[in-house]
Amino acid sequence: MSLVARHLEENKLPSVVVGSARDIVEECGVARFLFTDFPLGNPFGKPWDKEMQRSIMDMALTLLECAWQPRTTVQTPFTWSEDDTWRNAFMHVSEEQREEYKKLGEARRAEQAKTKKK
Amino acid sequence: MIKRRPYRSFLSYIDLSREYYAAHGYSKPYAWISNQKVPFTKLEKPLSECRIALLTTADLKMLPGESSQERHLSRKVYACPVDEAPEHFYTQDLQWDQGSTHTNDNDSFMPLNRLAECAENGRIGSAAPKFYGVMTDYSQGKTSKKSAPQVLELCKEDNVDALILPAL
Repeated sequence: MSLVARHLEENKLPSVVVGSARDIVEECGVARFLFTDFPLGNPFGKPWDKEMQRSIMDMALTLLECAWQPRTTVQTPFTWSEDDTWRNAFMHVSEEQREEYKKLGEARRAEQAKTKKK
Repeated sequence: MIKRRPYRSFLSYIDLSREYYAAHGYSKPYAWISNQKVPFTKLEKPLSECRIALLTTADLKMLPGESSQERHLSRKVYACPVDEAPEHFYTQDLQWDQGSTHTNDNDSFMPLNRLAECAENGRIGSAAPKFYGVMTDYSQGKTSKKSAPQVLELCKEDNVDALILPAL
């Protein structure tokens, strides 16, 4: 997404990236980035929370309008939950999971090889 | 109460994905793009005169009998009229936190209704009649040289003044 945003900016089309993978977007480098510290999946606010979504839309539009230089990151004030359970679960690799992940990886590579042959 | 941490609070998906895929037996870590220079274009008109569009990485649907892998490989950049948006976008082939949340509410990741409200209340001039879709591609060259120019052309055809890119 960040690469597309950069191409648009290079061609005189202003853009704002809205998301939660801060390191990936900022390493790539975009003109404007609205960051919400949420699990990946809901960059525009919690499901069914229209007020939060409206607020994020308003901040994205304000960023479009007001940013005066590239790499402008703004963080929304929203938090996903009181505890950090979600931060410690996604893509977590425990010692117990290693064998399972290894098998999943082998199965995926086999499926990819099969699809390529078709 | 003051909260203290010995580490940053937000997650590094570059670190997480490197360790995750290494555990799956991928020996060579993915090399993410890292740029020093960043292009920037100022919005030249007031928002109230601008046509704004949305771009998503989510797919419109998966065809019956198609595997997720086949679908992912056959995906193309698309433009879809806003009034033909799917009730539920297809997101299962994308990397997001399915253990913590869901994508049953389109507006939580593709806010077509929230953008339409902004057009109704005059915050923006208009919402583009179409929205656009692009696939997340392993190949950065393909995204930059093939997909991104296609998105730009679609925006030009629809006289879009600025784009919002929610990254799932």
